[in-house]
Amino acid sequence: MLNARTFLVRGLLAGLVAGIVAFGVAYVVGEPSVNAAIAIEGSGSDAGHTHADEPAAGHQAEHTHGDEAEVPRSLQSTLGLLTGTVVAGTVLGGLMGVLGALALGRLGGLTPRQSTLAVTALAFVGIYLVPSLAYPPNPPAVGHPDTIGYRTALYFTLMAISLIAMVTAVLVGRRLASRIGGWHAFLVCGLGYVVVCAVAIGVMPTYDEVPESFPATVLFEFRRASLITQIALWGTLGVVLAEFVGRLTRTAIPGRDRIPAPVS
Amino acid sequence: MSNPKVQAVAAPAPVAVPTISVASLLPWLLFAALLALVALYFVSAEQGATSVFSGTGVHEWVHDARHLLGFPCH
Repeated sequence: MLNARTFLVRGLLAGLVAGIVAFGVAYVVGEPSVNAAIAIEGSGSDAGHTHADEPAAGHQAEHTHGDEAEVPRSLQSTLGLLTGTVVAGTVLGGLMGVLGALALGRLGGLTPRQSTLAVTALAFVGIYLVPSLAYPPNPPAVGHPDTIGYRTALYFTLMAISLIAMVTAVLVGRRLASRIGGWHAFLVCGLGYVVVCAVAIGVMPTYDEVPESFPATVLFEFRRASLITQIALWGTLGVVLAEFVGRLTRTAIPGRDRIPAPVS
Repeated sequence: MSNPKVQAVAAPAPVAVPTISVASLLPWLLFAALLALVALYFVSAEQGATSVFSGTGVHEWVHDARHLLGFPCH
């Protein structure tokens, strides 16, 4: 059945799988650098950043990572991490499922699997890649608690700009394709998207809250791990959803994507 | 569709990919987008930049995911 419900359900399922895979990858690749950063934070060797001496930051002042924390590290790095990646993966998967249904047959000559992969790839670039280029992920011990509101606002503002530019590029590209062809429409709108995002990143404020004594290698390893985690999440989501959509459309339209039995 | 057998069976052009009407998809798109917004809010920003619930339990529970997924955490 080709309807919104079947695509939403398959998207949620693909997202659930992606969230579990992302947890495994984040646990293996990311946790070492998170623990290293927390050890630096706990030892007090960073440039004056502690949570305890920031009473103005309200509840964040009580925020700790050590054994005295409300949620122990052993849970944060396992069930807590799993909760985060599975929730994010599942809801993003649901959204990608419906967007994949919308893109079906509407992205030039792309097959159902190809259009699904295209949608998830564009979403990865728009939602994560571009915002992270301007405001890269930071490990614990990096970032002042009293600027969290400002940094969060900047991050989501850039994400919104990136998403609006992406949706506009796709809509304009579809119209342009009938006149100058799909390839050139893709090039023009892709360039347009890059220019809009580059200007936004150039105009928006920057900040640098990495303490001077924070090891560059830990920072690099954490940011690389974050990128790998996101690639695992979106990659799994895209591939699993594309497989689902391929099966859906194959049963819905017999003859599509299937090698017919030889006829004498 | 480059498989030679396809042309051997019948000459017709490849079956067009079906589309699902935008009108039927829009409510579902809205629902999925709202669901994603609310859920991602709790993973990314609750008890960080803003708080619906007081305390630090939500923040600490999703702490590692928030960092590793690239959201500003603290």
